[in-house]
Amino acid sequence: MSFPDPITVFRTEAAELLEQVESGLLDLNVNLGDKEQVDAVFRGLHTLKGSGAMFGFEALAAFTHHCETAFDQVRKGIVPATHDLVTAVLGATDHMRALIEVPGGDHDAVSEMLLARLRTAVAAAGDPAAQVASQAPAKPQGTTYRLTFSLPMNAMANGNNPLGLIDELRDLGECTVSADRSTIPALDDLNPTDLYLSWTVDLTTDKGRSAIDDVFIFVMDEMQLTVEVMGETPASAQPVHVASAVPAPPAVPSSPAPAPEATAVARAAPPAADPKQAKSSENVRVPAERLDELMDRVGELVIAQSRLSQLAGVSGDLMLRAVSEDVERLSGELRDTMMVLRMVPVAQLFGRFRRLVHDLAIETGKTIELVTEGESTEVDKSVIERLADPLVHLVRNSCDHGLETGEERRAAGKPAAGKILLSARQQAGEVIITIKDDGRGINRDRVRAKAEASGLIAPNAVLSEQELLQLIFQPGFSTAQQVTNLSGRGVGMDVVKRTIDALRGTINVVSKTGEGSEISLAIPLTLAIIDGLLVRIGSGRYVIPLSAVEECLELSIDDDMRSRGRSFISLRDSLVPFIRLRELFRTGTTPDPFQKVVVISTGAERVGLVVDQIIGDHQTVIKGMSKLHHDVATFSGATILGDGGVALILDVAHLVAAGQQQEAQLRAAG
Amino acid sequence: MSEAVRKIPNQLWEGREELEVLTFDIAGEMFALEAVKVQEILDLLPETPVPGAKPFVGSVINFRGKVIPLADIRLAFGMEATTTTIDSRIIVIELDVEGERTLTGLRTDKVNEVTTLLRIASEPPPSVGMRWRPDFIECLVRRDGEFIIIPNLQAIFSAQNERTPAHPLQS
Repeated sequence: MSFPDPITVFRTEAAELLEQVESGLLDLNVNLGDKEQVDAVFRGLHTLKGSGAMFGFEALAAFTHHCETAFDQVRKGIVPATHDLVTAVLGATDHMRALIEVPGGDHDAVSEMLLARLRTAVAAAGDPAAQVASQAPAKPQGTTYRLTFSLPMNAMANGNNPLGLIDELRDLGECTVSADRSTIPALDDLNPTDLYLSWTVDLTTDKGRSAIDDVFIFVMDEMQLTVEVMGETPASAQPVHVASAVPAPPAVPSSPAPAPEATAVARAAPPAADPKQAKSSENVRVPAERLDELMDRVGELVIAQSRLSQLAGVSGDLMLRAVSEDVERLSGELRDTMMVLRMVPVAQLFGRFRRLVHDLAIETGKTIELVTEGESTEVDKSVIERLADPLVHLVRNSCDHGLETGEERRAAGKPAAGKILLSARQQAGEVIITIKDDGRGINRDRVRAKAEASGLIAPNAVLSEQELLQLIFQPGFSTAQQVTNLSGRGVGMDVVKRTIDALRGTINVVSKTGEGSEISLAIPLTLAIIDGLLVRIGSGRYVIPLSAVEECLELSIDDDMRSRGRSFISLRDSLVPFIRLRELFRTGTTPDPFQKVVVISTGAERVGLVVDQIIGDHQTVIKGMSKLHHDVATFSGATILGDGGVALILDVAHLVAAGQQQEAQLRAAG
Repeated sequence: MSEAVRKIPNQLWEGREELEVLTFDIAGEMFALEAVKVQEILDLLPETPVPGAKPFVGSVINFRGKVIPLADIRLAFGMEATTTTIDSRIIVIELDVEGERTLTGLRTDKVNEVTTLLRIASEPPPSVGMRWRPDFIECLVRRDGEFIIIPNLQAIFSAQNERTPAHPLQS
């Protein structure tokens, strides 16, 4: 059992913190008055600073400190949140990433530049702050609170110091502290690192309820804290006189009069913190490789189990059969659970596009609105990771090329703000991710001209709409007349295509001139297990992905004879080309007397595969082929069968293309 | 001799004077691979041919739930494919193929023993006079009056992977 490198753990956590900070900032940008987000950002920055310093990232800690200070001022209402400030801190988060990645690098110049921007933003925001600040003194002065708090038992082990908290309370005003010692166990049972005490503190302060919350802000999630208002007194009065000088009923906890703001905060804060807390305590962070390992083991278990059922089926032992059935059920459930474990919502993926679009809007000077739909759609984790880059390309493309400038849009009678819709939905074993913009659409003439110029198509070649639009995914293709900072270098779209192909997905483009473009990616839900159709060709067994299978039929002797040389069968009045896999694979065996045709399709294109025998359906745990076999395009992977043998998985897209090519050749030959 | 030693790639010995190796036979010659590189020695398993693949890695096997290629290095040297006997074994090794760590099975006629070879007894392959291509050989080590060949698997596998495909199935 190896322990992960603490620096790696810090990096992962820091990345998550930065993501939270970023999403908080973006939310704040939409609603500048959102106090909850201000707190979230502040807390994230503070934690980052603290753990950064702990793990030796001093430059990060120092830099983050300034951002934290700025947000502390926002939080305290000294400075209001402004768009400039949010943008400055957003820029700073990128720099923090760099500081985490290359802690030793030369970052001083950038740090200074960003901090200068931050200071300017704070200063600019500071002026109107005076009005906000002037409302502050209206708060009641000198209120006495009774605080009861207890920390979790492991608080000291986690680095919290209750004495420090009490000292901080003392700084706020007069304190009477008493500890509840009733929970201290006998000496023998006492663990010196555990915390057994809880405290009651009577505190008289003029700083208000929120100052008390501030003391506990970083332990709030784990602790129990009750705050009762005992009474209030003018700041000048002596605390001793409190009880007699103020006849107002004391010890009424919910009395709203003394500190209405404070109670409002108190009510709002716990529900906001609670779900988060519940979440973090139930989640376990596991490295992805371990999940993959587990997946492998489950795959092996499924295989071993099918061997067991085979044996049990052969033997007449009823006990054995009962056990085998139990194992079968359990391993099936285990497999399903395992699949669910690997599924993550696409929200994870979509989240990062808010930032991207925010930046792109500033860079291009366009107003862009990003709408996301179906974020809860779940996809296999490995698919999500590999989708990120292609989606970045597509979103960039939409922002840069798809959407027009504000003036152009107004001239075309559209709202000035361009809209990009990013949506995900599930559809029969596939997840469809759509990037849609309401921009100018793809200019077909320019695509054609460009393709002809670069020799991709013959001049005046007849192309279907889809074929023409698919040309944009060719390597080196870009219709942008100008290369911009964002895109237009002609790299990217072909990378998108390649990645989607590797995921066994398909791309569909719809574009209407003047109305916008829509690019849909259809990706299989998982890369790990598929339903397959097990067939035999010669002496070898192969798996055809069931999602591609349209139907199975017998190759009649007539068809077989007639089609010598011309490999077509007629299927409900349409001719479908077929491939004799026995010949393609050069099995050297004689065909079975009753051969079967498995008709497979991708989209509208169909092709028949002639096999010797259809064995049945098979839960296929996909194993990749090594790089030594990457030149073999006919197979997309391999799987292990119940008897321990290996079956290769046919690459449907490749075979359909081969079939269509064969058809084209035959047509050309007349 | 001292000159010869200098020419031996240091990668293999890495400054060590001794090397623990596993020796095995292919086509009547004794070969050796560094023992730590060997993952496992397997009896013959059911093989699944991969139609369209290069004959050098013409099939795959199920190695503990992983599907790994099975290579026949005789074919890399332009010799006839291995015929299996009762002594035939598969050695599973880990190779770097285009930056990816790849488990691969190697066909051998017979696996002998784990033994220690001395750097002092090693020499580079002669450039002529051998039926084994010299660039596929790391070095030769003399022991008990015969030579043990330490093949350069990295060179063999990368050369195979570059070779232009001849089969219509290959794209």
